[in-house]
Amino acid sequence: MREIYYSWALREAMAEEMERDPNVFVLGEDIAEYGGAFKVTQGLVEKFGRARVRNTPISENTICGVGVGAAIVGMRPIVDIMFQDFITLAMDQIVNHAAKFHYMYGGQCRVPVVFRTPAGGGRCYGPTHSQSLEAWFMHVPGLKVVAPATAYDAKGLLKSAIRDDNPVIFVESKLLYGIKGQVPEPDADGGDYTVPIGEAKVTREGEHLTIIAYSRMTGEAERAADALAQNGITCDVVDLRTLAPLDADTIAASVEKTGRALIVCEDCKTAGVSAEIMARVTEECFDFLQAPPRRVAAADTPVPCADTLEKAALPDAQNIIDAATALIQQYS
Amino acid sequence: MHPASSSPDSATLSPQELSIHLRTMLLIRRFEERLDELFASGVIKGTSHLYAGQEAVATGVCSLLSHDDYITSTHRGHGHFLAKGGSAPALMAELFGKATGPSKGRGGSQHVADYAVGFLGSNGITAGGLPIATGAALAVQMRQQRETGNGKRETGNTNPRLPTSIPQQTACVASFFGEGGANQGTFHESLNMAAVWKLPILFICENNLYAMSTRLDEASSGPTIAARAAGYGIQGAVVDGTDFFAVRAAVEKAVERARCGDGPTLLEMHTYRYYGHSKSDKREYRTRAEEDDWRTRDCIEKLCAAIGLEAADFEAMDAEVMREVDEAVAFAQSSAEPEVEDWESVIYA
Ligand SMILES: Cc1ncc(C[n+]2csc(CCOP(=O)(O)OP(=O)(O)O)c2C)c(N)n1
Repeated sequence: MREIYYSWALREAMAEEMERDPNVFVLGEDIAEYGGAFKVTQGLVEKFGRARVRNTPISENTICGVGVGAAIVGMRPIVDIMFQDFITLAMDQIVNHAAKFHYMYGGQCRVPVVFRTPAGGGRCYGPTHSQSLEAWFMHVPGLKVVAPATAYDAKGLLKSAIRDDNPVIFVESKLLYGIKGQVPEPDADGGDYTVPIGEAKVTREGEHLTIIAYSRMTGEAERAADALAQNGITCDVVDLRTLAPLDADTIAASVEKTGRALIVCEDCKTAGVSAEIMARVTEECFDFLQAPPRRVAAADTPVPCADTLEKAALPDAQNIIDAATALIQQYS
Repeated sequence: MHPASSSPDSATLSPQELSIHLRTMLLIRRFEERLDELFASGVIKGTSHLYAGQEAVATGVCSLLSHDDYITSTHRGHGHFLAKGGSAPALMAELFGKATGPSKGRGGSQHVADYAVGFLGSNGITAGGLPIATGAALAVQMRQQRETGNGKRETGNTNPRLPTSIPQQTACVASFFGEGGANQGTFHESLNMAAVWKLPILFICENNLYAMSTRLDEASSGPTIAARAAGYGIQGAVVDGTDFFAVRAAVEKAVERARCGDGPTLLEMHTYRYYGHSKSDKREYRTRAEEDDWRTRDCIEKLCAAIGLEAADFEAMDAEVMREVDEAVAFAQSSAEPEVEDWESVIYA
């Protein structure tokens, strides 16, 4: 094992898959020599050349459509969308084309394309560079949505996404890019690991409360859980890792054990990821609940630019601690 | 009338080849006429956009492509499907919503594909197919470069509707769209990207003057759609889309450019749809006189005249085509309804 950045883990996943399969290639804006806005693709062009690490014009909808068109005739493109906010320009090719082709053409084609895109705030980038829009894609049958929280999962899940025969929205976190985590050496035993899509992971175990989170919020949830444990409140933390298809079994098993659920998401609360999880928990675990499920999510506002405002709008460990404490006090 | 002598193609194509292309055009015409009846009488549900009037475009373009070449289509895609070599009974079954349709009844008229013949799909999103075609062309180019180092290759023609073996260096892609679709952002994005990367692709704009009710000059600026090619530094041309030979001549050059690595071409085919935009359209935005005028330039009649087909021969061909359409309807009618599936098990590959 060694400690590497989340962004390096992603780069390693792409490089290894490009090495393994000549049909894998990357396309997007400024991804070649420049290395992408967050330097995730840095070094790939030197290794694989400009045909397979392909700079594109600023045309998100057609970049995504080109990924789909190449995928249905046998390639495995990785489309790089610089900020998740910009994926809004590509909704047509993702929602009406990528997600539907396999089903609507009677199963004649497969659409093995990955749309990698960094989401979330915390860097004072303001309203059009800080959103978390993954709930939109959970709503579309045919798409898979993946959102890793650690370097290990980032690498393993990206490799699974590239090998998957379906379109995958791969949600990265700008704030996690610079966080290090344990990842095996590629040539070590188990170095060529993958993490299966569709499996959540329990990263902390406790008995009083289940905290459900994904991506950057998993770390916040873990910090909150560690602090709560000091006060005698022990928590399961469920890192969803995949949002679609959702691992409802792992969520249910934990909530049935603890009897309480706190859902923590960085996207806006209204009709957000947390709303869907809340509905599932209520539908599937009602008889086990000792308290109403609660949510900690972003305020229903464009993500503000100024540090003070942004911090106020987005959830953090302290918000989780407060919500958890209140929930336990009210229903103990 | 198109004089046979004016076309070099009528000399290069054998009488058998010409007859095969004419038959394809006639099949599309009779197929669409039958569909119009079936929709009007409520036998088929939903809506449909008929291709009648535009047959020379799909047939002319696809006559120069093989199954190794890909096309993307539009909401008005039956003609493209049949011209590319798709099966008429299968298409009819899809329109009837039957399990034997290529999309198993899930797609219907606007969402039908036949990957075995390189037909990547009709598309319910206006101009949604252009990025898809551009991506397929990129895949073709990347594979070619990988295999040969220079993007050239020899393959035979495998389209059963085509008589001869077409020698080709590299596969190519044709993307059909309407003049209305040419105002979508995907048009600009795709032409630009394909031009920058010199992709083996033909952008075939079928200018039938109206996008639903909106006339060309109400929605499009600039002298022609084809003139936009200059903005991307690629070749563009306006073509008489009612003239099979004119279509072929323009497409032949464009295909040659694509296969030789000289990049994309934009062709604007002037044509006319005989029916309304879709089932319920009363065609109040255009005059009957204009419609009659276009019918004097009917692409099928012109091709018959150009090749000097005898009336008796035409009638024999027509009877055969009508039988094929009857058989397609019978196949569709006798096919099973689709089973209601476990949704989760079919949405993912
Ligand atoms: C994105 C989108 N916008 C609008 C429509 C509705 N619509 C379907 S066909 C059509 C007209 C298209 O005109 P054109 O591209 O010229 O093709 P034509 O119908 O003439 O073959 C419109 C507006 C649609 N299907 N998709």
